[in-house]
Amino acid sequence: MEPFNIYLCGVGGQGIGLLSEILLRGADHAGLQAKAVDTHGLAQRGGTVVSHLRLGDTVHSPMVPGRKADLVVALERHEAMRGADTALKDNGCLVYFNTVLQPLGVRLGIDKEVSENLLNKSCKARGITVYKVENEKLDDPRMQNIAILANINKNSLVPFVKKHHLILAMEDLMTGVMLEKNLMIFSIY
Amino acid sequence: MKDMGEMLLRKSAFKEIVMGNTALVRAMVESGTRVVTSYPGSPTPEIATAIQSIPQNKRPFYFEFSTNEKVATEVAFGAALNGHLSTVFFKSVGLNVAADTFVQLSLLNIIGGMVVVLGDDPGANSSQNEQDNRHFAYLSYTPVLEPANPAEVYKYYKEAAKLSRKLGKVIILRLTTHVCHAKEKVSFAEWHQQKAENTPKFNSKNGPYIPLVSSIYPMKEKALQQLGEMETWAEQRKLHTCVNNNNRLGIITSGLVYLSLLEVLEDVSDKPDILKLAMVYPVPKRVIIKFLKSHDEVKVLEELDDELERSIKAIAYDQQVTTRITGKSDIYDWIGEYTPDKVRQVLRKTWPDLIAVGEAISQPADNIPARPPQLCPGCGHRSAFHAIGEVLAEEDICVADIGCHTLGYQEPYNLGEILLCMGASTGIGSGLSLFNTQRKVVAFMGDSTFFHAGLPSIINALFNKHNLTLILMENGTTAMTGHQDHPASGKNFNEISEAIPVRQLLEGLGIKSIFEADTYNQAELRTQVRQAINEDCFNVVIAKHPCMLLFAKKQRKDKGSNPYHVRIDQEKCKNIEVCIQKFGCPSFERNNDGTISVNDELCVGDGSCIQTCPAKAINR
Repeated sequence: MEPFNIYLCGVGGQGIGLLSEILLRGADHAGLQAKAVDTHGLAQRGGTVVSHLRLGDTVHSPMVPGRKADLVVALERHEAMRGADTALKDNGCLVYFNTVLQPLGVRLGIDKEVSENLLNKSCKARGITVYKVENEKLDDPRMQNIAILANINKNSLVPFVKKHHLILAMEDLMTGVMLEKNLMIFSIY
Repeated sequence: MKDMGEMLLRKSAFKEIVMGNTALVRAMVESGTRVVTSYPGSPTPEIATAIQSIPQNKRPFYFEFSTNEKVATEVAFGAALNGHLSTVFFKSVGLNVAADTFVQLSLLNIIGGMVVVLGDDPGANSSQNEQDNRHFAYLSYTPVLEPANPAEVYKYYKEAAKLSRKLGKVIILRLTTHVCHAKEKVSFAEWHQQKAENTPKFNSKNGPYIPLVSSIYPMKEKALQQLGEMETWAEQRKLHTCVNNNNRLGIITSGLVYLSLLEVLEDVSDKPDILKLAMVYPVPKRVIIKFLKSHDEVKVLEELDDELERSIKAIAYDQQVTTRITGKSDIYDWIGEYTPDKVRQVLRKTWPDLIAVGEAISQPADNIPARPPQLCPGCGHRSAFHAIGEVLAEEDICVADIGCHTLGYQEPYNLGEILLCMGASTGIGSGLSLFNTQRKVVAFMGDSTFFHAGLPSIINALFNKHNLTLILMENGTTAMTGHQDHPASGKNFNEISEAIPVRQLLEGLGIKSIFEADTYNQAELRTQVRQAINEDCFNVVIAKHPCMLLFAKKQRKDKGSNPYHVRIDQEKCKNIEVCIQKFGCPSFERNNDGTISVNDELCVGDGSCIQTCPAKAINR
């Protein structure tokens, strides 16, 4: 298959590592060759964190080249904007969780918060399809990553990777109550 | 995988998706490594995470986090002198700390074998520089293997271990950040567990082990001779690979840069040939000459500095090879990680007609606010910085050190204006205090750093009677690298150990003036710091509070969520904005209507902010 590049981004502490690992293992269960790499270290303290995931037989580097992502998955609105700007190709696809964790400059009153309107406008200008996921049914913000995963599945945003592949991946990574809770969120979204 | 520990000890061959750091641990297990040591530092701490997944009673080797990289290297070396295959791993700049010990190793007959695993950090993702540690190989005559991906991490470690044991020679396995953290499916071999041999085999006859006077030249001679043997070995094991596209253009590269290169060449029809070196020091002369002679033009594509380029040009000169050799085009080729985008830029400078312009944008949009890393909600350092900032005068000088508290240099605290490396703050502060009666000098230091490299400069400040205040930010853990225990934690990697009490240690050194406060008690901390900086001597303020990230994680695990959140009483709020402008906890948010509220996703309910509100509008 042609390489399919996924660029995941969010804020340190949001659980981007687990989401990326589920997609990576899901792709493996679907029989695809997959490579990935995550941010570790300093940025995990409330900075921008990213994870690269690349599928296909002709993929070499684990890192998605600039603006070559077919899909950007963002766990926060500012990071959705940043991820789309730096990583997503024109006419690509953005799925994001519509929550806001204000960056330092916004809190200090120096920078302006990225609004939904601004995000939609800049995506529209580049032909990007946007999927917005919202918070209604979630009481635990740490489950936002799974709500996103459910949305990716529902809209078949990753080629060849089906629901049962993702469930197998979740079973690879979790057990007990954590697995049950995540599977439940995955099925209701 | 659910059970990483089980996987790492599996007897049968298997395939699994792993990170480079995890693949390394399986290689250690299969190689019969007996002693592993480290000091935590990105990009390597996940090696210890993988080790920890193996229950201690099943772990086929001993592991410790030592107090610093130098000690860790010495422990691994000592164990290897008794015949145990050993490994020490640490981050790039860790080698600077270990250097005094490390540079001697290649002179010595290390009978058990010893592999030094380096986590270099091109791109300075989590380091104070992006130093190229291949220089240390040239300095110390130590061979270097450079894997490109997790599969090669596994393969090269096993090769390094085998050869190191055979020749009794130390070998470097040089990883870089995105080799450590890359994930892919790796095929692992069977594991045939050997019976552990515990007899201490140290024998001075295997030496000499005293590099003094007449023994130094023969030791150096042997080290240099062994480099030749290493070069031959890497050829015999067919570790270097050549991609033949029948082109008159060639590229010599190594490590992860090779994968970036393949990525860039995907859309090039007339692909140059590639020589990928596995061992980059000693530079394999025969392999290089053969490659040069069969090409008209060769580009040396190497990340960071120009070691390969200089060596290859020297080889070509000596052999009178007339192939055109190009390396770095300008200073920008020396800077930053060689990602696919960077490699494209670098290659385009040499071959603009061959390599197309990439998609990457050069300037990110300017309407997206930057998101620098932050102190966590509830962090004791924030409470400390908020209080200390109120005591210090504008012109006073603050020196930072390595750790989470380094982040105090940012807005809104601006505390800690100079940073060098682990444990340097007190020494720098001492220098800043000379001829200086006008501006107070304050140095910050974390508790793990205190044990790592902080003590000598503290003793120096006492010994030479420097006039400054050291603020010891004691949070009980090595927080930035993932909460590893340190000598004052009360346990080591393996078991409970007597906590070394920081205060008594300072008292024992003879420091007469020691202050102490919980950083959540800002009034008390202010009083203590004010008193300390007004004294005319070297003194220490212990600013204590346990790491809240660790605490909040435990709390969420035990109770499912953080039981408390703070609230802003909008009736009482007078929009003074101390909470968001000065205290700066990320939990405070600015709303469109001008009010400030609390983001429950972030607030851990610690309440350290409550005391900062002049209007008393924050409550829990």
